[in-house]
Amino acid sequence: MVNKPLYFDEMFGHGTDARLPYEAYCKWFNGEDNARLLEKSEEAEALFRLIGVTFNVYGDPDATERLIPFDLVPRIIAAREWAKVAKGIEQRVRALNAFLHDIYHRQEIVRAGRLPAEMLARNEAFLPQMIGVTPPGDIYTHIVGTDLVRTGDDAFFVLEDNARTPSGVSYMLENRETMLHMFPELFSKIKVQSVSQYPNSLRKSLSACAPPACDGKPTLAVLTPGIHNSAYYEHAFLADQMGAELVEGHDLRVVDGRVAMRTTRGYKPIDVLYRRVDDDYLDPLTFNPDSMLGVPGIMDVYRAGGITIANAPGTGIADDKAIYSYMPDIVEFYTGEKAILQNVPTHRCSEPDALKYVLDNLAELVVKEVHGSGGYGMLVGPAASKKEIAAFRAKLEANPGNYIAQPTLALSTVPILTDAGLAPRHVDLRPFVLVSPDKIDITPGGLTRVALTAGSLVVNSSQGGGTKDTWVLEE
Amino acid sequence: MLGKTAGGLFWMFRYLERAENTARMIDAGLRISLTRSSAAESEWTSILQSTGLHGSYTAMHGAPDGPKIIDFLLRDPNNPGSIMAGIEAARENARVVRTALTREVWEAVNECYMVLKRVLAEPVADRDLPRVLQVVRQRSAFVRGASHGTMVRNDMYNFARIGTFFERADNTARILDQKYYILLPSVRLVGSPSDNVQWETILRATSTTRAYQTLHGGDIDPRVIAHFLILDGRLPRSLAFCYGKIGENLGYIAKEYGASKPCDALAEAICSKFRAHDMNAIFDYGLHEFIGDFLRDSTALGRQIEIDYRFSE
Repeated sequence: MVNKPLYFDEMFGHGTDARLPYEAYCKWFNGEDNARLLEKSEEAEALFRLIGVTFNVYGDPDATERLIPFDLVPRIIAAREWAKVAKGIEQRVRALNAFLHDIYHRQEIVRAGRLPAEMLARNEAFLPQMIGVTPPGDIYTHIVGTDLVRTGDDAFFVLEDNARTPSGVSYMLENRETMLHMFPELFSKIKVQSVSQYPNSLRKSLSACAPPACDGKPTLAVLTPGIHNSAYYEHAFLADQMGAELVEGHDLRVVDGRVAMRTTRGYKPIDVLYRRVDDDYLDPLTFNPDSMLGVPGIMDVYRAGGITIANAPGTGIADDKAIYSYMPDIVEFYTGEKAILQNVPTHRCSEPDALKYVLDNLAELVVKEVHGSGGYGMLVGPAASKKEIAAFRAKLEANPGNYIAQPTLALSTVPILTDAGLAPRHVDLRPFVLVSPDKIDITPGGLTRVALTAGSLVVNSSQGGGTKDTWVLEE
Repeated sequence: MLGKTAGGLFWMFRYLERAENTARMIDAGLRISLTRSSAAESEWTSILQSTGLHGSYTAMHGAPDGPKIIDFLLRDPNNPGSIMAGIEAARENARVVRTALTREVWEAVNECYMVLKRVLAEPVADRDLPRVLQVVRQRSAFVRGASHGTMVRNDMYNFARIGTFFERADNTARILDQKYYILLPSVRLVGSPSDNVQWETILRATSTTRAYQTLHGGDIDPRVIAHFLILDGRLPRSLAFCYGKIGENLGYIAKEYGASKPCDALAEAICSKFRAHDMNAIFDYGLHEFIGDFLRDSTALGRQIEIDYRFSE
């Protein structure tokens, strides 16, 4: 196969021979018939559709339930490579929790002059209602998805820290199940670290954060906005796998100082609520008064120690893209160590010098909204037309503080299966991290997202990206 | 379990059963329009009335017309009572209660939806209609079979079963309500062609032609049909059978929860009527009145179950 030398390909490096972690896989692949594999691909799609592993696309009435395309060539990471990444993630997540505790208490980092006060003061993701509140176990981010990109053999960068409600873990698990179902022979040849323990680890990790009001075995529930939410499948899947109830706002109310769910036998208190509803919709009495998705009064119960909310309200500030640019300082401030994982260099458009540089170099940069997610509202300079750049320039000039810009990274590629055989496509990686007072638990691998269009750098499922199974090899 | 989940299971199985029953009704209507075209129009009207959709059909399409009625009952997007709408509603409820379903049950209902979405994408040609109706019956039977074979016998299973039998009895009762007059002992026109047509509609619309043959031979007697559909505990579509099951399933829930509820007494009151009466007593009371009472009682029972087990707030 021909490789653009510009990009690091995780299977072939810059050459044509398989890199070490891919050797056994490539040997198997070369003995396979492409047509048979393409058939397997269709089989996988039918399986996903039957199971209902779908997501909803907002504003598209004809395709309310869509499949995320699944590519059956796995992304493979060596145990040694993973060990370093995992160490870096653990350090970063530890720092994030310490940072969240600090900014909602004494704000030492601001006092020390390492973070400008206005980064908090003018930030919508900062919740004044959380000031002075310590969540059960002092854990803020029970579940984190740290988005990573790779540019070389040993070069991993953190693209963003998803600290509110990271999604995608069900795809990680279903992708593996599908691979095991379709290619059992591969897993007997190649020893891959398991991911299937995740739901059980999630249950244990959440249970370890039970609130003071809990006596006995904690009752868990997953709060979903409902069947029309884009990630509903995942909410149902996780509740099912954990043996927890899947609740909506109208199933819940405050009874005797506890948040309780309406069961066939009456109201039953919940100890830990894994909510997949944004802060703003959580409590109409405290936040958005029009919200039908939350529970009136839940914040009072929370502050009184009657329930654990995972992730804690107000954690969104930690995945704010302007705060992101301070992460190297944040890691150093709270851990006393240099960050193991690098940040992507980030220009804060709120700063005049940075803004000038960004405006002068729009065609080379990726520009993102500070609070944006899902690949919406961003500009990928090298892929954009002159007209798109001009339109974006106007938005940027009108509200510079709303944007950050980053260089276009030479994202690594992993081949996907096409009609003509293997072809390289850009990927990123979202590992899933569980945080409890006892430990930080990182599932080996995570969700690999892949841009299915040749040359594209946008991997988001809402923008036509697909996924791959991610293998971390045994030692 | 959540009250919402109990309600979702109850309705998921009601909608499935309803779609299956509507398929039987179309089958009965089709049969008559193919074999006794002179009687077709009035039989289609009574089928529409049994499904409770006569008013909305007339408002949209006017006079009864076989092909229009078939499309209306099968797939008309403006008809919330169509088979397709029923299957969509069943699947939507299944998504809500997904954590209460086994993988087999979910896959059976999801596949039912996917297959019907495909075969009902366009109006169904006459030659394909019998096959399409068979697909509906078969797919709905798959869901029932998957539930039977894989679900734990707890409250969840019992709510699902109550939904099935509640809808089935309702369907049988509505057909009887439409046709009660031809089952009265006073009917003297035994053997006239028109009565044969109507009896045939009743048996086909409840899929009991074969069962009737087995149990009662070839002689069609209106009194025997009435007894068969109301009181015969061997027939899985009779009112007595369905309510025996509802009573049992409610009893299992009460036992599991260690508490009896007002709905248990209501169900028992309905069951006791089937036990205490023979057909002569029902005819003395009035067949039409008996069925009218039953429909009212069952509506009250449905509402009480919903309250007792907190389906909604």
